[in-house]
Amino acid sequence: MSLTVSNITKTFTKFAALSDVTFEAEPGEFLALLGPSGSGKTTLLRLLAGLDVPDSGAIAFDGDNFLALNARDRRIGMVFQSYALFRHMTVAENIAFGLTVRPAKDRPSKADIKAKVESLLKLIQLEDYGKRFPAQLSGGQRQRVALARALAISPRILLLDEPFGALDALVRKDLRRWLRRIHDETGVTTVFVTHDQEEALDLADRVVVLKEGRIEQIGKPLELYRDPATAFVFEFLGANNQASGTLRGGSVDFGGFSVPAIVKGGSEGAVTARFRPFDTQVSRSGPGFPVKVLSVLPAGANLRLELQGDGGEVYETQHAHDADTSELKAGDTVNLLPTKVYVFA
Amino acid sequence: MRSRPAEAPKTPAAIGLSLVAVFWLGLIILLPLVTVLFEASKAGVEPFLAAVAEPDTIAAIQLTLLVAAIAVPLNAIFGIAAAWCITRFEFKGKGLLLTIIDLPFTISPVIAGLVWMLLFGAQGWFGAWLRLNDIHIVFALPGLVLATVLVTLPFVARELIPLMNDQGTDEEVAARTLGARGWDIFFRITLPNIKWALLYGVLLCTARAMGEFGAVSVVSGHIRGQTNTLPLQIEILYNQYEAVAAFACASILAGLALITLLLKSVLEWRFAGELAANRRH
Ligand SMILES: Nc1ncnc2c1ncn2[C@@H]1O[C@H](COP(=O)(O)OP(=O)(O)OP(=O)(O)O)[C@@H](O)[C@H]1O
Ligand SMILES: [Mg+2]
Repeated sequence: MSLTVSNITKTFTKFAALSDVTFEAEPGEFLALLGPSGSGKTTLLRLLAGLDVPDSGAIAFDGDNFLALNARDRRIGMVFQSYALFRHMTVAENIAFGLTVRPAKDRPSKADIKAKVESLLKLIQLEDYGKRFPAQLSGGQRQRVALARALAISPRILLLDEPFGALDALVRKDLRRWLRRIHDETGVTTVFVTHDQEEALDLADRVVVLKEGRIEQIGKPLELYRDPATAFVFEFLGANNQASGTLRGGSVDFGGFSVPAIVKGGSEGAVTARFRPFDTQVSRSGPGFPVKVLSVLPAGANLRLELQGDGGEVYETQHAHDADTSELKAGDTVNLLPTKVYVFA
Repeated sequence: MRSRPAEAPKTPAAIGLSLVAVFWLGLIILLPLVTVLFEASKAGVEPFLAAVAEPDTIAAIQLTLLVAAIAVPLNAIFGIAAAWCITRFEFKGKGLLLTIIDLPFTISPVIAGLVWMLLFGAQGWFGAWLRLNDIHIVFALPGLVLATVLVTLPFVARELIPLMNDQGTDEEVAARTLGARGWDIFFRITLPNIKWALLYGVLLCTARAMGEFGAVSVVSGHIRGQTNTLPLQIEILYNQYEAVAAFACASILAGLALITLLLKSVLEWRFAGELAANRRH
């Protein structure tokens, strides 16, 4: 039961919110839509849910033409960024809504609905909260109720729009694990929107990276991280550094030393090389850019350095604690050597 | 959540302002109310009852209630529909629609009455046609209802629009993805969310409809026992120097208004918890 999105375009008064978007979600897959604010994530989700219509393109699920079905017939579970719980209903009534609103002939019996609600309350670990109103819950609890309400209709796909956007970091991490567990238990195909790269890489089976309404890259988290297709993906997925050099025969020459490059585009000659904080070495006498240590910060088992070059450019690097690095302190002068650089078109 | 005002006024300025407010309220609202009741009761219970039992007065009370019973539901339905359009859709001319809804607040009720005369009066645009078909609008119940509807049109819409704007469409959209149909969404999501504001608007609208004088006066024709509403009846009695009867009717009208207010307070008190939960969300 796979979801297929082909060549979707959506324009708001001349402004293209989505251009030629194509991707697929495998049955039971957990797919993240990742992109900065305004990249079209919510727009795409609304099209999938049937709350809006694309200008062109196709959306199919398991052979059904989704565009021919309206929102209520698609049987999609949607969790909104704002939760959108029904404020005048109790938690239990909220969860039961998708079942009680069915026409009499399709509606499960009262006892069945009650049993379903109870099992969902158990799933979201809020067994004793059924009689409360949404206003009497914390943000994280509301989020879980919103998820239970969406799951109650046994959705064919679950759509989540920045579900943890409004929560603090600790609760987010907790819910993230929990959401993944729920997904693994129910096995429902899930499309999850976020602008937090860490969240996307941590949770998803595959990630679709959006930029200004276009897909930049689709891939497994590690693939994206190790093998980014564009400078945008490289920069969006984590801390990074830049330096100018000359590309020649698969290496970048920085004048005096040269570093092997992963070349994703561009031609021989002057290029901007990018590298990750981990792909570096610092030494007192080896090759590299002469830099001054601005600060030394512990980062868990690692050490994070802030370095400044002669021209004022700032680099961020990370290293394991070892004999060389442990002695570093602010004000020292060292040489920074990238061990692996990326070159993009 | 709304911010709460501080507990009680403490500074001299705050106390002074409060006194001014209380004094003004007493002078402008309570004094006339007390006067009406006092004047009505001065002559004693018997003349009061006699005045109220007068067939013309009873007819006026019935007519007033009937007009309100027709006009208020019409405006409630219109108010919900208008608030729905304005808060749920983007369209050209929205600002204009909002202004038009406010118009009855700003124009004189006399004009609201004259408009109907101009349209349906004997010399009006449709006057000849109406006479030909023996349809009575002005100087009859339909005219009274039209005038009242026009004057009380904004009350419900004005209560609902800010609230529905605040609440947004999220819950309705969520209900749709959960499989709800249009009317299910309205009756199970929209209506419960606006019911208090709706009730409040309806009560205000009712009070205003029963008290309407200017517009109704123009279209009524003042046919005793037939097209005189309670406010018109009061004026007639007063002009005929039947002071006791006039004040007796006035106290009935004031009583109807007070009952409306009381109803509102009782409901607010009875459902205080639910109201607070609604606001807090
Ligand atoms: N109804 C609309 N009318 C006009 N423009 C719109 C509308 N909805 C969205 N847009 C525009 O389309 C673009 C994409 O919006 P969208 O809400 O999909 O972004 P997003 O990726 O969800 O961003 P965020 O992370 O901030 O939620 C934005 O530039 C937005 O201004
Ligand atoms: Mg969004």
